[in-house]
Amino acid sequence: MNLTFYDKIFKPREYVLPNGKKAYKKASRAPIYAILILAMSALSVKITGFDMEVLVSRIGQFFVILGEMFPPNADYMPKIWEPLFDTIKMSLLGSVVGALLSVPFAMLASTNVCPSKIIVSVMRVMFSLIRTLPTIVIALVATLVFGLGTLAGTVAIAVFSFGYIGKLTYEEIETVDMGAFEAMQAMGATRSEAFISAIVPQVLPFYLSNCLFNFEGNVRYAAVLGYVGAGGIGLILNEKISWREYPSVGMILVALFVTVFIIETVSRALRKKLV
Amino acid sequence: MNQRIQQAYEKRPKDWVYNLITAVIVVGLLIWSGSAVETSGSTQDGGQIALNVLSGIFHPDLSFLFDLSTKGVPYLMLETVCIAFLGTIVGAIISIPLAFISASNLTPLPIAFIGRLIIMAARTIPAFVYGLMFIRVTGPGAFAGLLTMGVCSIGMISKMYIEAIEDLDTRVIESLDAAGCNTWQKIRYGILPQLMPNFASTAIYRFDINLRDATILGMVGAGGFGAPLIFAMNSYRWNEAGALLAGLIVLILIIEFISTRIRVKLTRG
Repeated sequence: MNLTFYDKIFKPREYVLPNGKKAYKKASRAPIYAILILAMSALSVKITGFDMEVLVSRIGQFFVILGEMFPPNADYMPKIWEPLFDTIKMSLLGSVVGALLSVPFAMLASTNVCPSKIIVSVMRVMFSLIRTLPTIVIALVATLVFGLGTLAGTVAIAVFSFGYIGKLTYEEIETVDMGAFEAMQAMGATRSEAFISAIVPQVLPFYLSNCLFNFEGNVRYAAVLGYVGAGGIGLILNEKISWREYPSVGMILVALFVTVFIIETVSRALRKKLV
Repeated sequence: MNQRIQQAYEKRPKDWVYNLITAVIVVGLLIWSGSAVETSGSTQDGGQIALNVLSGIFHPDLSFLFDLSTKGVPYLMLETVCIAFLGTIVGAIISIPLAFISASNLTPLPIAFIGRLIIMAARTIPAFVYGLMFIRVTGPGAFAGLLTMGVCSIGMISKMYIEAIEDLDTRVIESLDAAGCNTWQKIRYGILPQLMPNFASTAIYRFDINLRDATILGMVGAGGFGAPLIFAMNSYRWNEAGALLAGLIVLILIIEFISTRIRVKLTRG
């Protein structure tokens, strides 16, 4: 039985079994975790100025804006359709472009397909760097480079999808059963032929399912991108909020809710069929 | 042998009609979505701007990056970590009752459906709308940020919690029942050990995401490094933005490394 440093301080409890053997139960680690979490919470409370009293006494204010949103202004609906469809189009095109572009890079980032260790690690660092960049920052840079409008939003979504799908895909490629690949090679197929007929069928359902999931999330993300001028429903949402036309804001949110609900339902049904 | 292979090959599913229809739908959707790509066209020096961005990111403002006062990058990062940490805890605590209400194996179907609807509604409202609502409650600052973060986390956390609860192995509870345990003992030894690793792992994962999403809070003045970052970028001070992004990238990579290790440990037990 190996004792760690912690076990030497807090001795394991000893049980004598009926047959005379001794069994040890290591002391629980829970106190350490509890202390760490409490210390971190205390620090966070101090730095962020968390105050339960303020929260309890003023929480009513939270519902003021929410209350003003109801009933939603149904007359505003005709003006929502276009930006709403813009948002869907942006996220659809962005997701597809990003997902397709990520495939070759994901192949280069998986150790069982790419023989060079250097390329693999370069690709992985690239993927994790792209994933650390906040989408809103990418969108802001894109609006500066491509001008205001949906193109900037599409680019931002494509970059985000590239990082996200790329990572999931190379992890998926790595866990694939390589037996079929080797058998194909032994039969005389080239590496690329073997990849297409042995690895692609194993990865494809998961890849498509991840793409759909990513698209679902992107529709919701795209709603935020309008805030920096990258087009779509966020643009009018931001506008109506700054004019304090809360009933219209309510209508936009209802429209967004229904759209997201429909897309999620369809995509969940498709994903169940895939995997 | 060859004949059997031939037969099997002849019997392969012939679903080209289905594939064709799928392909037509996908291509149609793509062409339809292509119609939305438009810009205002003010891109006279887009390439130059892209170069400026890159050079700023590779030449971060070092005095800002290592400024240890409350205006420097390290303090902003610490504040962001604190917002994300408390936000995740708030979100996780709110999610627990919501998840138990919406788990279809515990509650009757209509109630579970209402619970899921509430979770979806909470998820639809974009972060900056929440930010504005909470600023009315607490005033601008980190406090509003952490509340926003908490509410935004509810959607994903409770979804994962619901899945964990629905996967509960009820036979364990039955055997504890047969052994004569009371309700509390059943919860302590039958339910908690099954749920805790899952719940903790979800919360840590969400903490990771919250750290990345913290930029959005800055837009509404809800604390963290978001506001300085957006200001720096809007006024083309790329060196400052570069310093903030460098700090963010290092922070996220460290946190991701730690959280992945903890989660692997949690799932392997």
